[in-house]
Amino acid sequence: MSFAILLIGTFVRDSRNIVYFLTQFTLVGAAAVTIMTMDGQVNFTFSNMYVDDLMGDFLKLMLYFSVAIVLVYSRGYMQDRKIESTEYYMLAIYATLGMMVMISANHFLTIYLGLELLSLSLYAMVALQRDSARATEAAMKYFVLGALASGLLLYGISMIYGATGTLEISGVAQAIYHQAGNRTILMFGLVFVVAGLAFKLGVVPFHMWIPDVYHGAPAAITLFIASAPKLAAFAMAMRLLVNGLFELADQWQSMLMFLAVLSIILGNLAAIAQSNIKRMLGYSGISHMGFMLLGLMSGVVGGDRHFALNAYSSSMFYVVSYVLMSMASFGVVLLLSRAGFEAETLDDFKGLNKRSSWFAGVMAMVMFSMAGIPFFIGFFAKFSVLQAVVAAGYIWIAVLAVVMSLIGAFYYLRVVKVMFFDEPVDSTPLTASADMRVLLSMNGVAIAALGLMPQTLMSLCAYSLLGSL
Amino acid sequence: MTGIPFLSLAIWVPIVGGLLALATGSDRNASAARFVALFFALAGLAVSIPLYTGFDVTTSAMQFVESYAWIPRFNIYYSLGVDGISVLFVLLNSFITLIVVIAGWEVIQVKVGQYMAGFLIMSGLINGIFSALDGVLFYVFFEASLIPLFIIIGVWGGPNRVYAAIKFFLYTLAGSLLMLIALLYLFMESGGSFNILDWHQLKLGMDVQSLIFWAFLASFAVKIPMFPVHTWLPDAHVEAPTGGSIVLAAIGLKLGAYGFLRFSLPIAPDASQAFAPLIITLSLIAVIYIGFVALVQTDMKKLVAYSSISHMGFVTLGFFIFNPLGMEGALVQMISHGFVSGAMFACIGVLYDRMHSRQIADYGGVVNVMPKFAALFMLFCMANSGLPATSGFVGEFMVALGAVQFNFWVGFAAATTLIVGAAYTLWMYKRVVFGAITNHHVSELTDINNREFVFLAILAVCVLVMGIYPFPVTEVMHASVNDLLKHVAASKL
Repeated sequence: MSFAILLIGTFVRDSRNIVYFLTQFTLVGAAAVTIMTMDGQVNFTFSNMYVDDLMGDFLKLMLYFSVAIVLVYSRGYMQDRKIESTEYYMLAIYATLGMMVMISANHFLTIYLGLELLSLSLYAMVALQRDSARATEAAMKYFVLGALASGLLLYGISMIYGATGTLEISGVAQAIYHQAGNRTILMFGLVFVVAGLAFKLGVVPFHMWIPDVYHGAPAAITLFIASAPKLAAFAMAMRLLVNGLFELADQWQSMLMFLAVLSIILGNLAAIAQSNIKRMLGYSGISHMGFMLLGLMSGVVGGDRHFALNAYSSSMFYVVSYVLMSMASFGVVLLLSRAGFEAETLDDFKGLNKRSSWFAGVMAMVMFSMAGIPFFIGFFAKFSVLQAVVAAGYIWIAVLAVVMSLIGAFYYLRVVKVMFFDEPVDSTPLTASADMRVLLSMNGVAIAALGLMPQTLMSLCAYSLLGSL
Repeated sequence: MTGIPFLSLAIWVPIVGGLLALATGSDRNASAARFVALFFALAGLAVSIPLYTGFDVTTSAMQFVESYAWIPRFNIYYSLGVDGISVLFVLLNSFITLIVVIAGWEVIQVKVGQYMAGFLIMSGLINGIFSALDGVLFYVFFEASLIPLFIIIGVWGGPNRVYAAIKFFLYTLAGSLLMLIALLYLFMESGGSFNILDWHQLKLGMDVQSLIFWAFLASFAVKIPMFPVHTWLPDAHVEAPTGGSIVLAAIGLKLGAYGFLRFSLPIAPDASQAFAPLIITLSLIAVIYIGFVALVQTDMKKLVAYSSISHMGFVTLGFFIFNPLGMEGALVQMISHGFVSGAMFACIGVLYDRMHSRQIADYGGVVNVMPKFAALFMLFCMANSGLPATSGFVGEFMVALGAVQFNFWVGFAAATTLIVGAAYTLWMYKRVVFGAITNHHVSELTDINNREFVFLAILAVCVLVMGIYPFPVTEVMHASVNDLLKHVAASKL
């Protein structure tokens, strides 16, 4: 597979520039390999530990794409803060590798392996800014809570192993289908697995790390955490719950419903009170992940699997859209930051329209999109998820979700308000490299363009899931 | 209809113009932005006119239909079409956009490109609302049109603009989100169609109809606005710049009423009949109570805003008495109110640009220094109070007549508006315009310049022509209104 290229990338330790370009090259190479080996078949390799299907390919392509963009955005920021070291790119590549493993895992242990590779890289990345007490604290918190979650997940996996006698995902599905094993143990296992998963997604009540880590980590790292790993977490949910424990859908759906509803409520309510934009986006991320779970929980209605494809692809579309929006929003935060200055509070966005109409416009598009206002991609993401929820008959949940997104609209509007209606407190011209400006602009345009023409991406999501259900 | 897709043009010409106006960038190119805006506003009007001249008044079917698959995954179509009801609003909207561009010509001096772009883009989106035949397409235009007005109020508005802008946005969003659920539910019930015309034929039980009716009511009542959910409107009007007020009053308020005709009545006819007494009561409260509220306002814009709510109460009343006279009267009233309220806000804007005050008490004796203005303003005030031979009279008279047919006391209550409306409008006019010059600010006023005269005169002509000869308007809507009423009368249970 594409591991080889990745590893080469990490062994060259010349200057930072070389590593940066090599990393980007690695990602492009990995993407090329993924495209070349894409054949629409479901292939199992490494003695059934690893699966290569269309869903995996699609998510991996999105993953390379988003990591590449994240690296472009964060380069200037890291340079300004003198933390752009070889380690950063190495860790990013390791994290990417971990996510690739998660996306393509067909074994509970493979998932765990990929997850740990990702998490350990992320802990280290948060702590990269060694002289910042806040970042170190965030890293510590992240690590302790993350380790706990990993423990929960492992515990759950061990119970599932106890109940079914296998750890291979398709094997577990088979075993449950044949009513093997002790149901009670299986249920316990399921609860722990869902808890571990919820932690990684950052949904209520396992969200405690999100605001602090988003806030404490250097903005470039926050950008990383808030983008690509969400794709991997979605893949993990698909592999564990849908591929592995589909027979228990009724049980995990009610758990997910609980998590989703709580996340949407708490995420949106808590975000209102934030004056720090990173924290605000953190809470908004919680509610977005809640929305994503709404799709996952509407797949099976009373044993009828008819809706599954529609529901899961709406979730996938949601998570892809979210990653796109999240990258753009943190991209603007990075754009406004410069050496010795963090654009963190809402006040730093004041009067952005006077400083740069274009990027104020991009940020406004992102905010409207996150609030779910059409013609932007965020609307169609919400639309498709809500459609799945209504089709599954959970109308009251849909009503609750839209009421909460109304509350959400308030804090997104506040960002637009400070950018457009207030006078700037700081009129330093924006300093950002040309490649970042171009890419960020394209990112913003993509949010609008995909909102006008969402069909392609929607069908891609649905098509890539076809083989994996 | 084959040939030129006029509806698409009416939507996209202003939007493209708006993007070009945005592209003119900073205020150094302000005059370029103005001329781009004027050109595209004219072009937008030009492509809307064939919709009227080519309109077949004998049928209630959709005309100028265009349909392309947009999101096949959810069976969503980019399908447009107008009937006798919506075509008038497309025209009105394109026309008002032109007025707004002229009205903001010199008045707006900061971020001219963005200001003009906001109005042009909004104009395109609103044309989209009136011509969409697909539920999602409608919703998308409906929601997206909030963004430009939000920005316009927030950037160019008065001192309390942030509060007003956010209140406006959240109120309207709150309603429309419930509509989204209703749309999704209808999608499911109809077996996977977002086509509004399919929904018209869809059989629904009473419970379902009621829920759908309420979901739509939540959205449209806020937009109109109807009595208990009207409080955002005075704030939005007071803080909005003149152009924003004109568009909001002339077009924005019509969206909700149009929504009733396109969604609530035909999709849930039985629920509409069942809840009609409620709507009629709310409408009468709006007409009478809000009329008295208008009477005590000290701020001219607030006064006209309340008068708008009162007039829109007339419109909803006309819809829910379910007779042709009432409904056509309501539609005429909507068009007329588009001209009259737009003109009232334009007049107040003219005064505000000179005095920077909207308080009635700050004025007095304006007629001595601004005679041309006083004459035009008088005409619009007369129209606002429903004087015969102005457009305001036709609609109110038809609705009142329809209401008397429906129930004498309803008609009686509705007709009191002719008195209250005259009282608040003319009293305001008297205090502002007549009398001796009250202070030196008034004595320094200059009369309207040519630009202001032109757009006020155009509006005046519209008001008079519609008042004297409303036939071209009623003729167009006749077939569609009758068809709609027949449809509403037939039970879907």
